[in-house]
Amino acid sequence: MQAVRQFFRSPMGVIGLVMLLLVVLVAVFAPWLAPYDPRERVQVTPDDILAPPDAEHWLGRDDAGKDVLSLLIYGARVSLIVGFTASFMSMVIGTTVGLTAGYYGGRIGNILMRFVDFLMVIPDLPLMLVIIAVMGRGLTNIILVIGLLGWTYTARLVRSQVLSVKERQFVLRAQAIGSSNTRIIMSHIFPQVLPLIIAQAVLDVSVAILAESSLAFLGLGDPTLISWGSMLNFAFERAISRQAWWFILPPGFAIVWVSLSLVLIGNTLDQIVNPRLRTHHLFDPRRMVALVVGGAVVPSYPMPDEE
Amino acid sequence: MTLLDVRNLSVDYLTDDGTALHAVEEVSFRLDEGRSLGLVGESGCGKTTIMLSLLRLLPEEGRIVHGQVLFEGQDLLQLSEAQMRGVRWHQMSMVFQGAMNALNPVRTIETQIVEALRLHEIVDSRSAARQRAGELLALVGIPPERGCQYPHQYSGGMRQRAVIAMALACNPHVLIADEPTTALDVMIQAQILELLQQLQSELHLSIVFVTHDLGLVAEVCDDVLVMYGGTAAEYADCDAIFNSPQHPYTQRLLQAFPDIEQPGATLSSIPGNPPRLDDLPPGCRFEPRCLRREEICATAPPPLIQVAPGHWAACHFVEARS
Amino acid sequence: MERGNYILRKVVFAIGTLVAVVIFNFFLFRILPGDPVKLLIHSPRMTREAQERIRTTFGLDKPIWFDGERLREGDVLGAFDSQFTVYLRNLLRGDFGVSFASRRDVSDMLSERIWRTVVLVLGGNIIAIVLGMALGLIAAWRRGTRLDAGILLWALFSWALPTFFLGIILLILFRGHLPVGGMVTPGLKPEDGLTYWLDVGKHLILPTITMAIVYTGEYILIMRSGVMEVLAEDYILTAKAKGLSTFRTLRDHALKNAMLPMVTMIALTFGYTVGGAIQVETVFSWPGIGRLMYEAVQKRDYPVLQGSFLLLAVSVIVANLLAEILYSVLDPRVKAE
Repeated sequence: MQAVRQFFRSPMGVIGLVMLLLVVLVAVFAPWLAPYDPRERVQVTPDDILAPPDAEHWLGRDDAGKDVLSLLIYGARVSLIVGFTASFMSMVIGTTVGLTAGYYGGRIGNILMRFVDFLMVIPDLPLMLVIIAVMGRGLTNIILVIGLLGWTYTARLVRSQVLSVKERQFVLRAQAIGSSNTRIIMSHIFPQVLPLIIAQAVLDVSVAILAESSLAFLGLGDPTLISWGSMLNFAFERAISRQAWWFILPPGFAIVWVSLSLVLIGNTLDQIVNPRLRTHHLFDPRRMVALVVGGAVVPSYPMPDEE
Repeated sequence: MTLLDVRNLSVDYLTDDGTALHAVEEVSFRLDEGRSLGLVGESGCGKTTIMLSLLRLLPEEGRIVHGQVLFEGQDLLQLSEAQMRGVRWHQMSMVFQGAMNALNPVRTIETQIVEALRLHEIVDSRSAARQRAGELLALVGIPPERGCQYPHQYSGGMRQRAVIAMALACNPHVLIADEPTTALDVMIQAQILELLQQLQSELHLSIVFVTHDLGLVAEVCDDVLVMYGGTAAEYADCDAIFNSPQHPYTQRLLQAFPDIEQPGATLSSIPGNPPRLDDLPPGCRFEPRCLRREEICATAPPPLIQVAPGHWAACHFVEARS
Repeated sequence: MERGNYILRKVVFAIGTLVAVVIFNFFLFRILPGDPVKLLIHSPRMTREAQERIRTTFGLDKPIWFDGERLREGDVLGAFDSQFTVYLRNLLRGDFGVSFASRRDVSDMLSERIWRTVVLVLGGNIIAIVLGMALGLIAAWRRGTRLDAGILLWALFSWALPTFFLGIILLILFRGHLPVGGMVTPGLKPEDGLTYWLDVGKHLILPTITMAIVYTGEYILIMRSGVMEVLAEDYILTAKAKGLSTFRTLRDHALKNAMLPMVTMIALTFGYTVGGAIQVETVFSWPGIGRLMYEAVQKRDYPVLQGSFLLLAVSVIVANLLAEILYSVLDPRVKAE
């Protein structure tokens, strides 16, 4: 498809994709890649706590004596799982709401969009924080909270796209020949909206990953799972005074790596899907007149007073 | 006196991969003082490109690669950008199609006219500028008090008038009107045309009408340049074009025009499509759709042949007469 | 008056949102499993009397929403004598309850900390907005050049950077050179006058810079796309045709037109930055509402959590409303719809 070709022509997109694939591979092959199993209990001596990197532990050890590199590798799983699941949830909810509000319009549309506005105004992190604090920590809760609050952008996007597609000829024709609404939505409108949804979904994954790591950093992560955010939580509380940079920096860089990769991909997709083919009127005009220097210009026909 | 003398103007558009599309090739025409020229053709024939080239307002990918644009004797293509800015609007101004978009929606009409007045120092003070803006609005039939309103508060016809008023602000010698009546309903169209004609005679303006509407051309233009596929097909005064068209394209165009005296006649059209710029025919550009075509048409581009004094056609089969 | 109608609609919506948040806030903390009294009574060492006192103060012996039985008996007023009404009454009186951990009035804790968060959020945002707008404008104007690519990459990078992690990095880098914890060096008091305030200012530097760096990226992206949209409009071509220079076109046409949608986008982003403030305050131990929430989470101090959330949500709602009113003043096209 042309879009795919366009994607691979963009260096930003390709780099992002490669970066993401690396993380996915690390997450999938974690048991084989990690030198140690972080869930195993280890006998530790006081020297092992926050030990600096050495030959056996390339990234040193954490505040419980565990190998940081293995923790880092396994941490990828949580981030990716939360990111993709929550984003998928947001995508589904947002698309449904957007399609309904946009296509049916009227009262339903208004009520739905008011609800969207309402959700958008409330600050996200405080809300997520409060809900998790009340409902309890746990992977499902985190995914639910992020997914159930993150669909508003998609909904707005889908709705505005549906509004513009709705007026187009092929929709009016389909309605005229009596196609059912669901059929029109699914076979005519949805395909037009899908590319935008996908581009937005990619960005949503990075938002979800950032949200999860923020919540984990603030102490609301799943206590039974290793996540980069919770690593940073421990690191912040216990490793900073000891200058244990090997425990502090890698999880953070990992988060940046993943979200940056998604942002690069998402931004490239966005440029493909929302092509700004329109002209840009303020450019350097010096190249506009590219005349070949020299040589007289003979008019193509003699003028009356020159004959 | 000749105000505008365009000679062998050629304009390319660069694509993403660097190839040059020849949008306009070797087009020449003149505009004399007090006369109006119609620049006619289908969408994509290059008339808008020519229009933008006159004031060097092409989009980013446009390149003027050949020719001269002599304005009152001076070649505009040789000027620096800074000098060009002095020419724009002051000597030659434009009335754009779709006035709603041509006006800044968050500034008042008056402000936008005043901007032009102050920029080219037509008046000395802000109050004089506002005064003059009011006069210009009155000139086009808008009550001056409405100058403090915003574009969305004007009707479509009024906006077009406002754009005309703005274009006249610096007393230009040449006005270029780009599809001035498209997107307006018929009654308003007539009013705008009447206004332009009136202004032309009152202010001794020379106007270039860029349009696809032959009816408009017949009504208001003194001379006509028929464009096809980026080249000049025919160039003559209005009477000659309508009464004795020489180029097959012009002839077909006129035929396609519904005749009010034959309401029941089938509408004729020209089958086929205008040439794609990335796939230009090596010979005459009209050849694929022409009924009179022969072998030479597909291989050699036709020269501009003078068929009568002041009347040229680019076809292999017209008879040269001097 | 069209604009008046628009503003009225927005105010009504804001009030509605407020009401919904208040109800949500109440409801959320009532769904905690277990005996609510046990939760309110943090320490088991509290006497039976104290427990009873708390029960009555919070009306925990009353039904949550309303009493169905009394309603059926026709006692409408009595039927609504419930926990919810108690909560509302307290709220309107400014009583946010008592902290589990410190036994202080939550409203006192909030009011002494609120300005610290405001300073941080406002300071960081103002810098981020000004920088973001300038860089975004340049990037859009010089679209396609390496400058644009550079600015864009920077913006994307800072968007992908978790706020707390940037804070940690800055903390590690600058510790020893700039204060990295707390609001003021121990020992200084407000009575010390200028010394005190300068010290506070020094403590504010790193947190504010962290906020600014993270959110500049966000504003660059918004401004850049906004300006790019504007620069594709026909009236920019008209401006060029009039003979305006690039600078004047940017200043007189592009800037103002691009700013309009920016106002609404800034308002939306502003709410997002409040979340960032929580992270920054945590990392730098800046004693604002954000830090308070973090501590409350650790200590399961629900009244404090409830009160802080409400305060933050209300602030953001009000800020949004102000932004929308501002927008309606700036854009002459605003209609009541």
